[in-house]
Amino acid sequence: MTNLVEVRNLRIEATTDAGRVVEIIKGVSLDIADGEIIALIGESGSGKTTVALSLMGHARPGCRITGGEINVNGKNMAALSEKERAKFRGTDIAYVPQSAAAAFNPSSTIMEQVIEVTRIHKLMPPEQARKRAVELFRALSLPDPEGIGARYPHQVSGGQLQRLAAAMALIGDPKLVIFDEPTTALDVTTQIDVLKAFKSVMKAGGIAGVYVSHDLAVVAQIADRIVVLKGGEVQETGTTTEILSAAKHPYTRELLAAFEPKPRQAQADAEAETKELLRIDNVTAGYGPVRDNGLPLIRAVESVSLVVEKGRNLGVIGESGCGKSTLARVIAGIHPAAAGDIVFDGKQLERAARKRSQVQLREMQIVFQYADTALNPAKPIEDIISRPLAFYHRLDRQQRSKRVDELLDMVHLPRALRYRHPSELSGGQKQRVNFARALAASPKLIICDEITSALDTVVASAVIELLKELQRELGLSYIFISHDLSVVEAICDEIMVMYKGERVEQITPDKVKAPNHPYSKLLFSSVPKLDPAWLDGLVRDPELVSQYGHR
Amino acid sequence: MTMARVASSRRSFLGHSYNLVGVVASLVILAWTLVAIFAPYIIPHSIGDIVDDDYFGPMRQGLWLGSDYLGRDMLSRVLMGARYTVGISLAAVSIACFSGVVLGMIAAVTGGWLDTCLSRFLDAMNSIPSKLFGLVVVAAVGSSIPVLIVTLAVIYIPGAYRFARALAVNINTMDFMTVARVRGENTVYLIGSEILPNIIRPVLADFGLRFVFVVLLLSGLSFLGLGLQPPLADWGALVRENIGGLPFAAPAVIVPSLAIASLTISVNLLIDNLPQKIRDRGV
Repeated sequence: MTNLVEVRNLRIEATTDAGRVVEIIKGVSLDIADGEIIALIGESGSGKTTVALSLMGHARPGCRITGGEINVNGKNMAALSEKERAKFRGTDIAYVPQSAAAAFNPSSTIMEQVIEVTRIHKLMPPEQARKRAVELFRALSLPDPEGIGARYPHQVSGGQLQRLAAAMALIGDPKLVIFDEPTTALDVTTQIDVLKAFKSVMKAGGIAGVYVSHDLAVVAQIADRIVVLKGGEVQETGTTTEILSAAKHPYTRELLAAFEPKPRQAQADAEAETKELLRIDNVTAGYGPVRDNGLPLIRAVESVSLVVEKGRNLGVIGESGCGKSTLARVIAGIHPAAAGDIVFDGKQLERAARKRSQVQLREMQIVFQYADTALNPAKPIEDIISRPLAFYHRLDRQQRSKRVDELLDMVHLPRALRYRHPSELSGGQKQRVNFARALAASPKLIICDEITSALDTVVASAVIELLKELQRELGLSYIFISHDLSVVEAICDEIMVMYKGERVEQITPDKVKAPNHPYSKLLFSSVPKLDPAWLDGLVRDPELVSQYGHR
Repeated sequence: MTMARVASSRRSFLGHSYNLVGVVASLVILAWTLVAIFAPYIIPHSIGDIVDDDYFGPMRQGLWLGSDYLGRDMLSRVLMGARYTVGISLAAVSIACFSGVVLGMIAAVTGGWLDTCLSRFLDAMNSIPSKLFGLVVVAAVGSSIPVLIVTLAVIYIPGAYRFARALAVNINTMDFMTVARVRGENTVYLIGSEILPNIIRPVLADFGLRFVFVVLLLSGLSFLGLGLQPPLADWGALVRENIGGLPFAAPAVIVPSLAIASLTISVNLLIDNLPQKIRDRGV
């Protein structure tokens, strides 16, 4: 036995409701040496999380390991009983979940949860465990390492919680740590701190790691080797530099291509006289009781003005909590503004959607981030898409059916999908249906609220291509809200940067590339690059970070 | 391995999978429903006829379930009793669930003062003990089938309302509700087409559960002499009027009790084992 982990010909199967057996993992083999960090990348459904979990001998409900060997530290996890496996979990192998916020128990302090592993496995007395935890907090560069353990999970930020989850995993001195997309839910500015902390702790302790992600740029910063998975099979394995510079497999190339900055095609009518489609002036909106001056107590959007021109796109970018989604809801009238004017297509709009006319509602559509909750799970796709057709256009059954086919063609979905329910579609398919429903209204403006952030890189870039194509054909305008700069740059003519409810800067990517405002600079510099040396070489102005970063 | 066994114990039919317990339970319910519908045509004796010389007679040929405290045929009385027990309960629970669920969904979708008023009013209703409420109503307006149905319905509306509102409030926060609102849809569409399909399964389960409660409450009221008046008798009334037969182990008191038990337990089992539509993602 030379390697810490040796997986040989791993097979995992699942049984569907109808009793059909589906093979999820079809003979995966991989090795991890001591102290080596391996990245498992692939699109959603490629089996990367399933493989990672199987290293702990765990198969999710409904799945089971049917063949192969999983040798971790000389023990075959697949052959052990559940009780024996439990002995190694937390001490030999540890796990850092995707959403630390959901993984912490809200009703006990952080310290208690971090040292729980040492109590369960009787590794060390609680006093010593607390000291060790504080050391880890310091190593993970958490603020106030002495005092943070006494807080409850809701009292720290998402980035901090993710690092605390890592501390929880590391306290039992594991030989292998599994990171399951630990930074996917974080802002770019926070992601950097978390990645840096992970990297330094892993290197210092010589701990091997498995890093599951779909973000190649993030993986490039932390992994020594990359394993590319698709459809439950290993497509390609290689060192990080090999994969990044000389990928052989078409899927890997596709992944890489999704990162290449796509030159935006110049708008055909860029020179032509542009007409204003939407203008909002000094809009303020927020939550909580209304004060004497007519403004709400907590203002999420603070006198923001913007203009969207016909056939052109505006990107709104900023970290979570900056008010960009509230701005979208204000424009759509879901959350009525407290002050300010919204002018759409030359007419003043009511602030609340229910007072707007049907034509106004039809011409401005909003597409939400999570297609899972934006599509009614109880209805087949054709009902979902045909409702706006019946409601706005009063089409009869036959016309509707024909139009649904056209719309499905437009968003590149097979027509047979119309009989399925949303739960039977993949994330990318759902987002396309979500978009097709907005198109069914024949709108002039579509507000896209983080529509690609729940999708993986390849699927997201396909959705962006689709949006561009539809814009060319239908002359739509988009307001594109995102925290992902590369996505916004790929599609928008203008980019507005928001910070704490205010508009800090507007950038035109075609003309000026460099941002001027300090926050924009920080944001733009925080987007990971494919270069593996990027994170180590990144020097950020400490003043900027202390002013705008949330540590 | 466990998964495979669970999967094989369910059979499939017409694209639905079901299991044996559910089938047996639905057969019992179907049998009682048929009895309720056709009772007047299948009873061997009229329910008022005294056919036995003895009272609390044992089971024997001709009198399959023995005779009651007056010597009347027990089989005929149980079969006719099914009619009242199932009929009254079904009517009451339908009214209660329909009004409760519709009000609950409206309250969840509309919110604001309508929600507050409705919730507080129905909470107040809920705080009245059900038997006491039945007692007062029957004492005030007398006992008849329509009065019983309305009383039972009123007693169970608050529960159905609370249940449906709690479910609908969750659905109401979903993005597809926002999408429908921004589209300009009215309340009728919102509750009928967006919310109802998502809560229909738990609502149906609640319907069955509430049906059991109504059967038991109706039997309880009849047992106290507040339900159906003689010579009509539902199962609860049959238990009460024959309670004197307990020391003799008379079938007259056991059979209606078993009838109540078989119906309520079957409904419960059916709810727990409803057929499931098979939707296979991979295909």
